[in-house]
Amino acid sequence: MKEIPSSILTLTAGVLITIISFWVGQHHGLMPEQASEQAPLVDNLFNVMVMIGTALFLVVQGAIIVFMIKYRRRAGDDTDGLYIEGNLPLEAFWTAIPAAIVIFLGIYSVDVFDNMGGLNPGDHGMMSHHHVQPAAVVAQAPSQPAIAADTAAPLIEPQAPYARYGFGANPDQMGKPPALSVNVTGMQYAWLFNYPGGVVTGELHIPAGRDVQLNLSAKDVIHSFWVPQFRLKQDALPGQPTELRFIASKPGTYPVVCAELCGSYHGGMRTQVIVHTQADYDQWWASTQVAQAPDQEQTIAVRPSDLSAPEFLAPYAEQVGVSSAALAHLKHHHQGGTMISHLPASPES
Amino acid sequence: MTPAQLPVNTPLADPGASPPPQGWKWYDYFTFNVDHKVIGIQYLVTSFFFYLIGGAMAVAMRTELATPDSDFIDPTLYNAFMTNHGTIMIFLWIVPSAIGGFGNFLVPLMIGARDMAFPKLNAIAFWLNPPAGALLMASFFFGGAQSGWTSYPPLSEITANVAQSMWILAIVMVGTSSILGALNFVITILFMRIPSMRLDQSPLFCWAMLATSLLALLSTPVLAIGLLLLLFDINFGTSFFKPDAGGNVVLYQHLFWFYSHPAVYLMILPIFGIMSEVFPVYSRKPIFGYKAIAYSSMAICLVGLFVWVHHMFTSGTPPWMRLFFTISTLIVGIPTGVKIFGWVATMWGGKIRYTTSMLFAIGFLTMFVFGGMTGVTMGTAPVDIHVHDTYYVVGHFHYVLFGGSVFGLYAGIYHWFPKMTGRLLNEPLGWVHFALTFIGSNLTFLPMHQLGLQGMPRRVAMYDPQFTSVNQLCTIGAFILAASVIPFTINVVWSWSRGAVAGDNPWRALTLEWTTSSPPLIENWEVLPVLTHGPYDYGLNNSSPENLEPVAGSTSPS
Ligand SMILES: [Cu+2]
Ligand SMILES: [Cu+2]
Repeated sequence: MKEIPSSILTLTAGVLITIISFWVGQHHGLMPEQASEQAPLVDNLFNVMVMIGTALFLVVQGAIIVFMIKYRRRAGDDTDGLYIEGNLPLEAFWTAIPAAIVIFLGIYSVDVFDNMGGLNPGDHGMMSHHHVQPAAVVAQAPSQPAIAADTAAPLIEPQAPYARYGFGANPDQMGKPPALSVNVTGMQYAWLFNYPGGVVTGELHIPAGRDVQLNLSAKDVIHSFWVPQFRLKQDALPGQPTELRFIASKPGTYPVVCAELCGSYHGGMRTQVIVHTQADYDQWWASTQVAQAPDQEQTIAVRPSDLSAPEFLAPYAEQVGVSSAALAHLKHHHQGGTMISHLPASPES
Repeated sequence: MTPAQLPVNTPLADPGASPPPQGWKWYDYFTFNVDHKVIGIQYLVTSFFFYLIGGAMAVAMRTELATPDSDFIDPTLYNAFMTNHGTIMIFLWIVPSAIGGFGNFLVPLMIGARDMAFPKLNAIAFWLNPPAGALLMASFFFGGAQSGWTSYPPLSEITANVAQSMWILAIVMVGTSSILGALNFVITILFMRIPSMRLDQSPLFCWAMLATSLLALLSTPVLAIGLLLLLFDINFGTSFFKPDAGGNVVLYQHLFWFYSHPAVYLMILPIFGIMSEVFPVYSRKPIFGYKAIAYSSMAICLVGLFVWVHHMFTSGTPPWMRLFFTISTLIVGIPTGVKIFGWVATMWGGKIRYTTSMLFAIGFLTMFVFGGMTGVTMGTAPVDIHVHDTYYVVGHFHYVLFGGSVFGLYAGIYHWFPKMTGRLLNEPLGWVHFALTFIGSNLTFLPMHQLGLQGMPRRVAMYDPQFTSVNQLCTIGAFILAASVIPFTINVVWSWSRGAVAGDNPWRALTLEWTTSSPPLIENWEVLPVLTHGPYDYGLNNSSPENLEPVAGSTSPS
C-alpha cells in the first residue's frame, strides 16, 4: 500500500471508530430503565466505559484482522518475517494510553461514588435526636420503640443499629435525616420490610422523590438486596448492619432481587418495590393502619403472588417461628392491588 | 535435597539402579514417576478428564436454565453442580493443566535442564490431585457442596456439612499440590538454566511461570487458613465465622479473595506465557517487546496481590476500601494492555501460518480483549454495585477463563502435542474444533452480559420469565460448546497412536524444547544443548538453509 492512501485510510478508520464508539456508548440499550437518582450517575459512567471499550476493541480487533490478511504467509514462502524486536517509543505510547484512561476512569469513579452517597454510610443526620414527621412518612425515633417490637421480636428490629457499610446520604442530603427509614430483613427465601409503627410487609412501598433509607440485616445467611432499576445493591449480612439510602425518581413497580447465593431457592427470592406518588403512598400507608387496627393483628405480607411454589412458604414459616397451624389460617386480603396477609399474633411470634 | 547439592547438568537417575529405559511405556504414565515430562502429561490427561466432568455439569445447568422454572433438576442438585462446576474447572482443570501440565513438561526443556529441581516432590504434588478429585466426586453421595466455589459462611456452615467438609479437604489438597509445585518452579527457573542462558534470555513462558509460582506461594496459604477455619467451624464447634457467636462473616471473604483473586492470575499468567511462545512461531517474527512482556508478568503478579476487595464491593466493606480497590483494579489494565499490544504487534510484518494453534491464539486475543474490557467496567465500584453477582459477571469471567485460559490451553496442546507424543494432531479436525469452540463460546457467554445488566442474578436455578429467550440462546451455545469437545477428543485419541510423525521440530521453533527428539529422551538430551540464538530470533538469519524447510501443517486450507 502506498504512503498517502494508507494515512488517509488510517484517518478515515479513526474517524469511523470514533463515531461508532460514541454512538454505541449512547445507544447500547443494555441497562434497564432508570428509577433512582443514582441510576443516571452509574449509567453515565458505564456509557463512557462502553464508549472507550468499543473504541479500544475496534482498534485492537481491526488491527488483528488487517494483520491476519495482510501478513498471511503466501504459498511457497518459507522465509521468516521482519526481524523487529520492539520499538521503545511505541511501547511507551501504548503504556501511556491505558495509564491515561485508568487515571481518568479512577477520578470519574470516585466522583460518581461520592455523588451516589457511597462515602457516607452511617450519616443519619439529626435523626437520633429529633422525631421528624414529614407528611405521612414516619421517621423512627429511638425514644419511641416501634409498637410491635414487644409482640414480634423475631421479626422486627426495634431500632436499626448503626450501619457502617453501604450507601448513605449523598452530598446534598448530608446531615439531614431520611424522610423514611425501613428496616429490611433478608431470610431464606424472603424479604421482610419493617416500617415504623410495626407495619411489616413482603413488598417494599416507598414514595417517589423522597429520601429513603433501608437498614439491611439478615436472619440466617448472607443475602443481597438489589433493585436493578435503582442500580443499587447491598449485601444484608448476619451480624453486621448495612444500609442503602436513595431517592426513587420514577413511580412504578420494580423487582427486588436477592443477589447473593442463599440456598436452593435463592433464585426464587424475589419480590417487588412499588414506588408510589406521594398521594398513592399516603393512601397505601393509611390502608396498612386500618388493616392493623381492629384486633391488634400484626401485619405480615407474605411472598408476592407470582412466587407461589409451596416449598417457599414452608421454610419461610419455620424461619419466622410461625406454626404450620397458623400458616393454614393465613387469610388473604387484597387491598389496592397489594396483597397483605394478616396473621393472628401468637405469643411466640 | 537442595538446589546447591543438585548436579545440574548430570543425569538424575539413581546410579545404583539398572540403566534407565530409552522411553516410557504407556503403563509408566499410571505410576508414581518422577520424570517431569511424565508428570506433565499426567496432569494434562487427568485435568482433561475433569474438564469433561465439569463440562457435563455445565450442560445440565444450561438445560435447566432453558426454562425459567426449576423443572429439569432439583434446585439442590443444581447448586451442587454449580458449586462443583466452578471448583472443578478452576482447581482440577485450568490450574493443574496450565501450571502442572504445561509448566512441568516445558520448563525444564525450555531452560536446558534434565528435570525439575525436586522430582519426587513434583510427583507427590501431582498425586495429590486424583484423590482430591475423587473426594469431590464422592461428596455427591452426601449431596455435594452447594454453597458455590466461594463457600461463603454462614451458608457453607449450614448446608450439606459432610459434602462441604469433603470439598474443603479436596481444595486444601490441591492447594498443597500447588504450593509444592510453585516452590519447584521458582527454584528450577532461577537456578537450573543452562549456564549460557541468562534469565532475560529464557523463554517468556518461564517468566510467566516464575510470576505464577511466586503468586501461588504468597496467596495459597491464606486460602488454606480460611478454609481450615471454615472446617473447624463446621466440625469442631469453633465460631470464627458464626455471627451469632461473635464471628465475622466478612473476614472469611477477605481470606478467600486474598487467594482467589490471584487465582485468576494463576489461571491466566501461564496462558500469557503460552501466547508469547505461540505468536512468534506462527508469525515467524520475534516477540514484540520481550522485556515489556516479561516485566508486565511480574507487575501483574505484584498489583494482583492488592485488588481482592473488588469481589466485595457490595459486602461489608467501608467506603475507602471500595475506592482504594477500584483504583488498584484499574491499574491491572495497564500491564495487561502492554501484553496484548505486544502480541498484536508481533503479528505485524510477519508471515502468519494459520495452524490450529495460531487460530486458538488469535481467538484468545479476541475473547480476552473483550473479557478484559468488561473486567474494567466491573473494577469500578459504582458499576460493580449494579452488576456484582449477576450474569454480567458470569459472562465476563467465562470470556476470560474460557475464551482466555481454555483457548490458550488448546493453543498450547496443538502446539506441543507433537513434542509430547511425537505425532501431529490432525489440522482439518483442529479447524472444526476451533470453529465450534469459537461460535459456541460467544453464543453462550455474550448474551449473559445483557442478562446481568437487565437484572438476572447469578447462581439461580429459577429466574424471571422475561429472561427466557436470551437464556435459551446461551443454552444452545452451551450445546455447541459441548459438541466442540468431540472432534478434539477424537483428534487426540486417534493422533496419539496414528497421527503423522512430527519429527523433532515440526514448527521450526527456536526454543530449546525443539532441539531434542519428539517425544524427548528420558533425560531430555544426550548432550545438553548450547544456546546459539535467542528464543525468538525469527528473521535474524533468513538465508540459512535450516530455515527453509517446510513447516508441518502450514499448507493453506484452500
Ligand atoms: Cu437470598
Ligand atoms: Cu478479582
